[in-house]
Amino acid sequence: MGEPFVMRALLAGLGLAVIAAPLGCFVMWRRMAYYGETVAQSGLIGIAVGLGLSLNLTLSVLVVTLAVSGLLVLLSRQKLVPVDSVLGILAHAALAVGVIVASLVRGPQVDLMAFLFGDIFAVTPVDLQWVLFGGLAALVAIMSIWRPLLALSLHEDMAAAEGVSVDRVKLTFMIVLALVVAIAIKIVGVLLTIAFLIIPAAAARPLSETPEQMAFFAAIFGMLSVAMGLFVSISIDTPGGPSIVLVLSILFLSSILPSVLRQVSR
Amino acid sequence: MQERTDRPLGHVPAHSHDGDCGHDHAHAHTPLPAIRSERTLVSARNLNLKIGSRPVLQEVGLDLEAGEIVTVIGPNGAGKTTLVRVLLGLQKPDAGEIWRRDGLVVGYAPQRFDIDKSIPMTVARFVAMGRATAANAEIADALKEVGAGRLEERQISELSGGELQRVILARALVRKPQLLVLDEPVRGVDYSGEAELYTLIGTLRSEHGMGVLLVSHDLHVVMAQSDRVICLNRHICCSGVPESVAQHPEYARLFGPQTARAFGLYHHQHDHRHDLTGAPQPVRALGRDKPANE
Repeated sequence: MGEPFVMRALLAGLGLAVIAAPLGCFVMWRRMAYYGETVAQSGLIGIAVGLGLSLNLTLSVLVVTLAVSGLLVLLSRQKLVPVDSVLGILAHAALAVGVIVASLVRGPQVDLMAFLFGDIFAVTPVDLQWVLFGGLAALVAIMSIWRPLLALSLHEDMAAAEGVSVDRVKLTFMIVLALVVAIAIKIVGVLLTIAFLIIPAAAARPLSETPEQMAFFAAIFGMLSVAMGLFVSISIDTPGGPSIVLVLSILFLSSILPSVLRQVSR
Repeated sequence: MQERTDRPLGHVPAHSHDGDCGHDHAHAHTPLPAIRSERTLVSARNLNLKIGSRPVLQEVGLDLEAGEIVTVIGPNGAGKTTLVRVLLGLQKPDAGEIWRRDGLVVGYAPQRFDIDKSIPMTVARFVAMGRATAANAEIADALKEVGAGRLEERQISELSGGELQRVILARALVRKPQLLVLDEPVRGVDYSGEAELYTLIGTLRSEHGMGVLLVSHDLHVVMAQSDRVICLNRHICCSGVPESVAQHPEYARLFGPQTARAFGLYHHQHDHRHDLTGAPQPVRALGRDKPANE
């Protein structure tokens, strides 16, 4: 249990849980789950290109997630195809391009599974530095726009009329989201990153009375799930990332259950 | 017959022709007034906006002063909300000029406010979002003022439509706005609440001297409190004191003759008719600056 790779997995997971918590709340409030999913799936292109050109993977993923975020903004300007369809198209296009590029990369066969579902026990000291410094930058950025972003999430026009610079705040949020997704992909994988963002927030919602409380509970749930998921993973030899997501999902179901029962018994 | 201006002559000359319906469909450009009353909060001229190929605003002009309640009425799809958004700078017009007083503090209560239930937040906190420096007592006062004092600790996700409407108004008020903009403020508010709300708006105007821009689809309920009514159907059909608008043939056409007749018969030379798309068609040429009071 005390082996370095386990410690690194634990530290990276706990750090990620703290970063993902406030961001995940906003992803949920702003109904950007599918947006986040699309950005995350585009990360596979970054991984494939990064492997092909021997770049730092987090960095190459970040470049791609930023580019895809920009592309999404452009494509959602037109009104003929709704945004969720645009997202669905781009998510799968990105996945297709990612898999194709990965298949073209020469040298050792790219382990697709490891990048789709993450390999938390393969976290390197460099990855850990990304979590620490990148995560810190993301937290500072999100706290600096907390109030205007909250106002924006409640009602964009009202916030704008009250003097919130909508475009600047939205852009900052998108960049921070792209950064956190890039950091998370290396740890929990392309397909589980968004789960790591929104499930803790969703599990925290029924227990919360203020936005800050929700972010706090989300961090607690996230950290708890990382610790329990890794413990399960080591104990019965299940994959790390999926084990964490499974624990998160169980936490969410138990948290939302009372609200469901209240509706059913009505 | 006297020229029907909404105010004594000399008051904001730029829209002194508004009291009649002899508006100019030649759409000559009217520049913003060079000399502006120091009470003016917002001033707009020749606003044009198309959404797709559909014109939503055509040559719309408007002045709004401190201590004045202006109501924009018009049928659904008349561009009322769009006009408000353009005046507030939330949407860019294709053409036209807008001037807003420097540092104008706006309290805006938008229409169709569907609160996202996924955001946990108390009513007091929601109101505080209006102004970061608002003290707790000010928040409580704003809520009491709109008759929502007992809601302070409730979650916004649990409010009824009418309660939410009041809470939104409280948030607009806590900003101590110079201009209060209310888009269909009585939606979801019951009848007695509606009367209360308009009385409150009247009080706010006289006590705090704020300018109020109201959007409504029903002239009756706003009659008593409005200084000026602008009847909008993409272009300004007619405007003036509430009585003159109520008796205007354009108003009758838009809202049905029954409604208009309730205000008594009024003869007016109508200088344009509308084609099937609602676009105004000149019936005869009119001298641009010639008053239309025949």
